[in-house]
Amino acid sequence: MQVVQADIVVVGGGGAGLRAAIAAAERAPKLKVALVSKVVPMRSHTVAAEGGAAGVTRGEDSLEHHFNDTVSGGDWLCDQDAVDYFVAHCTEELVRLENWGCPWSRKPDGHVNTRFFGGMSVQRTWFAADRSGFHMLHTLFQTSLRYPSIRRYDEFFCAELVVEDGQVRGVLAIEVASGEVFLFETGSVVLATGGAGRVFRQNTNAGTVTGDGMGLAFRAGAPLRDMEFVQWHPTCLPGSGILMTEACRGEGAILVNKDGYRYLQDYGLGPVDPWPRVKAMELGPRDRLSQAFWHEDRKGRTIRTPQGPAVHLDLRHLGAKKIHERLPLITEAAKTFAGVDAVKEPIPVCPAVHYTMGGVYTNLRCATPLGGLFAAGECASVGIHGANRLGSNSLVEIVVFGKAAGESAADHARSSHSKGADLRKRAEQAERSLAALLDNPAGERLAVLRDEMRDSMEAGVGIYRDDAGLRATCAKLAALRERYRRGVKLDDRSRAFNSEWLSALELGFMLEVAEAMAHGALARRESRGAHMRLDFAGRDDARFLQHALAHHGGAGAPRIEHRPVNITRSPPKARHYGGEGKQAVLS
Amino acid sequence: MRKIEIQCLRYHPVTDAAPRWQTYEVPFTDNMSVLQGLQHVKDHLDGSLTFRWSCRMAICGSCGVMVNGEPRLSCETFLRDLFPGPVRVEALNHFPIVRDLVIEQSDFLRKLESVKPYLIREEVPSGKTFLQTPRQMEDYYQYSKCINCLLCYAACPQYGLNDKFTGPAALALLHRYNADSRDAGKAERMELVNAEDGVWGCTLVGYCSEVCPKEVDPARAINQNKINSTKDYFLRFFKK
Repeated sequence: MQVVQADIVVVGGGGAGLRAAIAAAERAPKLKVALVSKVVPMRSHTVAAEGGAAGVTRGEDSLEHHFNDTVSGGDWLCDQDAVDYFVAHCTEELVRLENWGCPWSRKPDGHVNTRFFGGMSVQRTWFAADRSGFHMLHTLFQTSLRYPSIRRYDEFFCAELVVEDGQVRGVLAIEVASGEVFLFETGSVVLATGGAGRVFRQNTNAGTVTGDGMGLAFRAGAPLRDMEFVQWHPTCLPGSGILMTEACRGEGAILVNKDGYRYLQDYGLGPVDPWPRVKAMELGPRDRLSQAFWHEDRKGRTIRTPQGPAVHLDLRHLGAKKIHERLPLITEAAKTFAGVDAVKEPIPVCPAVHYTMGGVYTNLRCATPLGGLFAAGECASVGIHGANRLGSNSLVEIVVFGKAAGESAADHARSSHSKGADLRKRAEQAERSLAALLDNPAGERLAVLRDEMRDSMEAGVGIYRDDAGLRATCAKLAALRERYRRGVKLDDRSRAFNSEWLSALELGFMLEVAEAMAHGALARRESRGAHMRLDFAGRDDARFLQHALAHHGGAGAPRIEHRPVNITRSPPKARHYGGEGKQAVLS
Repeated sequence: MRKIEIQCLRYHPVTDAAPRWQTYEVPFTDNMSVLQGLQHVKDHLDGSLTFRWSCRMAICGSCGVMVNGEPRLSCETFLRDLFPGPVRVEALNHFPIVRDLVIEQSDFLRKLESVKPYLIREEVPSGKTFLQTPRQMEDYYQYSKCINCLLCYAACPQYGLNDKFTGPAALALLHRYNADSRDAGKAERMELVNAEDGVWGCTLVGYCSEVCPKEVDPARAINQNKINSTKDYFLRFFKK
């Protein structure tokens, strides 16, 4: 085992991880920052984010508006102190990205342009065509090269956090190319590993989005929060799940069913006119739109495609010029992956899993309850998304809280110097169990367990849920964990770039994270945001204006505990979309 | 379901003295990519077949391979277009193989770092964005779309002959920052442009731009910098 000393280890090289590393390097240039990622940073899933990032800039906008949109968008499950901190820091972070070279799309006068987005009452989404995440990620990666204290460990897979006395002491990682195990000795770890969308079958997420950081923290004793809230993005290609950005609708695209009818008007998002207007029809929030699709499908009003039911996302009236200027990536993707020319034909779309609202529970400074462990971005739950995240809040979350996490980790590293006594012994023990996985003489095929997990999550923890379905999935996941423990048999027993071995470790994380989702959903006997219960219609603030904390249950099921939401100044109200309103002018 | 033969070039650094071909028969539907063919092999036939992939929507740049001798992103190359096959899949040309279809990419990463791919500027407007018109963005925007997939290095005959050549993607990235109205670092980067392994290493074959999946046109960036390099040379001459 090789041992590396680092003051701070950042796990994950996407937007949040890079921003954390830069913040740590700026806060304390003498500290050694190890940026450890299972892929080279620009491969991280931030790259695939399309639509944009929210930041208040326009005269008619205010932090209060952004706060209110976010809190109502989250169905009042947001921690309002966290939302206040968040909205106050969005714009400065987007400006900083601009100063670092991010090619945000501009107005003719040279100022940064903004676009409309679902659930947002004002045009406040900064965008770089429809490659916003791509440009943010490349800007952050390239800028990170300026900081000599950041040392990258590209293609290192983090397999375990080494914890002693409630304090993180190290990270155990596999160097992918060689298969060699490394121990990073450190007192400060930032998890920035992204979401867990791959526990579902149909999703927009890259293959890497397997909840590793959530699994690492969960096993180490840090609770996961609000895991039952999973976002289905309403407009994805059937079969592959490839994302057709919400920016399509932000720019004026409409959704119609098989009869060419704008069905959203039947689900509390209408009337259609005046169109377009904010927070109505196609500019409603993602949870409502995905739920509307579910109902349309039940009514038999969706379109049959070989890859499953769909509705039509129609951009044609925007015209070729605007489509190519504002939405080039999805135009190309629709052509390549669905054979559809968006200028001439509507795009068949359906909901697919997109985002994990929950994550590793942190406070406002991104600290988890475990000493020395911080988390930011999609893997974290700092409390800003509540029961439903608004589009364009997550791209800015990764820089606002990535920065906070990096600074917190740096401050922690400067103040604590104790070392673990039994660290190496523990690490060696962990290394033996990693190696043992390679040598299982008998067992099941990895893909069999993985596919059964995904099918069960789709069946029981989908857009609408009920007690029986959730119980069935909980039982299935327990059985899959038992089968996983009994053994996965790998074809590949070698060490060098053994991606089958790493996939087996990812599956281990996914099964436990999926359990937190399913048990959280079972315990939440109400409908709120993205969590819809057929057997408990409606929000129940008396009992469930509460976060759900999932505590790891060892080999058994997680324990779910409910804790109050921090409501500072916006008491829960009915969540309102559609209705009357002024026509919005699309620029 | 139709079937197609995928022939993969395999190499394990510990057990193989040299790369070898292995053939798999893969059932496929019309919407399946070469990547999905490889995933089918890994899931159901042979878990040891090794390749990189991630976003499967042609934006992360992970999954470049040679398909029937051409550098391609495997996620956006479809089996239906290669029927009846066989489909020959190999690691990208001109790079050392780590294992099977996985190449060693650290040489490229070093080159990317060497071009100083970030805004160099003494003064930054405090708390404000720079002004930059859409017209000014046009000067560099296409070069900022590079996904670092390395297809252009696999296509570049010069890089194949001499891996010291900075190469298409890194030079395009260099130009991306030089051409950005917010940047003032051109002088720092010109040394690299002018060097023997900078733009002058290119012999203008142009295959890099042809294989680019994102229409970045690195050949144009390099050509532009040959002009800049020549100007730079004469300007220095006159300054003396």
